[in-house]
Amino acid sequence: MKIIVFCSVLVFTLAYAEARTYRVSKQGKITTLKEAVALSDHGDTIIIEPGIYKEGNVIIEKSLTILGNGLPTMDGEHKYEIFTIHATNVTVSGIRFIDTGVANINDLAAIKILDSKGIKIQHNKFENTFFGIYLANTTSSLIEKNTLYSHGIAENQIGNGIHLWKCENITINKNNIKGHRDGIYFEFVTNSLITNNHSEGNVRYGLHFMFSHNDEYYNNTFLRNGAGVAVMYTKNVKMIGNTFDENWGSSAYGLLLKDIRDSEVTNNTFFKNTIGIHLEGVSRTNFTENTFTENGYAVRLQASSDDNVFNRNNFSANTFDMATNGSLVLNQINGNYWDKYQGYDLNKDGIGDVPFRPVNMYAMIVERIPAAILLWRSFFVLLIDRAEKAIPVVTPEDLKDSSPSMKPYDFAATSK
Amino acid sequence: MPRIIKYIFYDILRTRFILLYTVFLFVCTFALYQLDSDTGKVIMSLMNVVLMAIPLVSIVFTTIHFYNSYEFIELMLAQPVNRKTIYLSEYLSVGLSLCFAYCIGIGLPIVFYGLAPGSLTLLFTGLMLTLVFVSLAFLASVLTRDKAKAIGLALLFWFYFSLIFDGLLLWIIYTFGDYPLEKVTVALVAFNPIDLARIMMLLQLDISALMGYTGAFFQDFFGSHIGIVFSAGVLLLWILVPLILATKIFLKKDL
Repeated sequence: MKIIVFCSVLVFTLAYAEARTYRVSKQGKITTLKEAVALSDHGDTIIIEPGIYKEGNVIIEKSLTILGNGLPTMDGEHKYEIFTIHATNVTVSGIRFIDTGVANINDLAAIKILDSKGIKIQHNKFENTFFGIYLANTTSSLIEKNTLYSHGIAENQIGNGIHLWKCENITINKNNIKGHRDGIYFEFVTNSLITNNHSEGNVRYGLHFMFSHNDEYYNNTFLRNGAGVAVMYTKNVKMIGNTFDENWGSSAYGLLLKDIRDSEVTNNTFFKNTIGIHLEGVSRTNFTENTFTENGYAVRLQASSDDNVFNRNNFSANTFDMATNGSLVLNQINGNYWDKYQGYDLNKDGIGDVPFRPVNMYAMIVERIPAAILLWRSFFVLLIDRAEKAIPVVTPEDLKDSSPSMKPYDFAATSK
Repeated sequence: MPRIIKYIFYDILRTRFILLYTVFLFVCTFALYQLDSDTGKVIMSLMNVVLMAIPLVSIVFTTIHFYNSYEFIELMLAQPVNRKTIYLSEYLSVGLSLCFAYCIGIGLPIVFYGLAPGSLTLLFTGLMLTLVFVSLAFLASVLTRDKAKAIGLALLFWFYFSLIFDGLLLWIIYTFGDYPLEKVTVALVAFNPIDLARIMMLLQLDISALMGYTGAFFQDFFGSHIGIVFSAGVLLLWILVPLILATKIFLKKDL
């Protein structure tokens, strides 16, 4: 036993003592990264000096720290995957990756990480990569402060910015992703944290995740994506303080929720989306302190959703505050602020005395016959809408806010 | 012709109705701007005023004015003046004074509070609607000799375009909901100047709700240059056709 301990201590100290640094540069002794990787051992550091390196596919199977000095460029020449990492504790930082190959069969990426642990990808730049960062079966890793830019045109010509499949304990922080298929893609990813990212102008979704339980999303911005953000088949998700802006178009959602359970959507801002939140088969989820402004539909609540709570949200200047497709209502809508509310408050407690019905009758008609949108805001529609408000026939009678707030909530004050 | 226009113009000013109308629009617009700081919302509320009140006022005022100046017209006809000249002078002076009132009443406050997206469209559609309904009023006036009947007819026009037509359209859309109706509805909408004006405004204001497949289709059509030219052209036809029709009747009419 003692010998084993001694030996292992010896090995560790030797390893520590031998942690070396290699410099890769066009002028120096080692001119390629492949060479440096071959020479190095676990725990070594490789520093890449500025220059353009065309090395095809570099496979990293040792615990290395690869640092770029002055943003060296790794060029995939439109043919190759650039880094393939299959080791624990690898750090890649300060490198610019450009022009990977395009292949839908093996999903070429700028950095592909397979079956690894403790990976750090920081401060890198990705330009015109097919997939940017691709993680499969990896745990406890950090992806931080990277910039990914691609000029995606068609969905099949471009991969995802940050793509995770079957991962755990991943932190994705302060990345800037633009023009990919999905900005951030999660499938079977659990216990992960997505914070302060900016996902803009992606062809499909800004963020797309499925079967990814117990994840948390804080302070991300999703701007002008083809179809906003899609969250599907997941439980225990927290989405807090995110911004969903200008996701506009014939199929654009701010946030699309499908088969979500026990989750929380709090303090988010939805501005100028065709549909703020679309809920389908969503259960036991709380929507609190969100702000919906200038959306086409603020919330589209399909009748397949139940036990959701809408509380303390601000709805203002939306064309339709809420739409639904059935008469069954199993959700609670209480204490929200609606700018269309016309009731009164006799006892001055800040709560309206008559309930507000957020579902506009005409929204129901449009839901059934889309061509009817052409008559929106005509005098005739105004009249039938008023009649409907007085005696609900078409709109679900129970879908109402019994204690609407008279004044908009000031969330900036409460969150600070 | 300019002299006749001048006299009719004085006559209109003397009734003070135009002044009241201007003040009403002015106060209305200012009040809306005072109540709401969001200019987009104000434009939306103004749109309701433009689509409801302006056609109504235009058509009723013009009809009443026409009958009130019947004696004047008869007197003028005793002079060596062309019938057409008199009739068109009547049209121009009434139309222009209403447009003038509109420009001051709504245009001034809008410019004063800063142009928002949609405000130019609002001004344009308002002016077009004014002229359309003045034309319709002239048509109503020459169709009958009786003042009460003519006013009734004018009101019916207004009622039809702002309410009945939409009801019918909705009924058609509802009944034939299983068929692809996009093109048909676009064609049908051309038969109602108020609807056309409203859609032109809507495209500036709540585009997002118009999305979805059908919305995207309408957006593609009415939002494109061809669509805008189409809407403006159809509105122009709505001004010209009733006017030409009315002039023809007036020329042959036994006063």
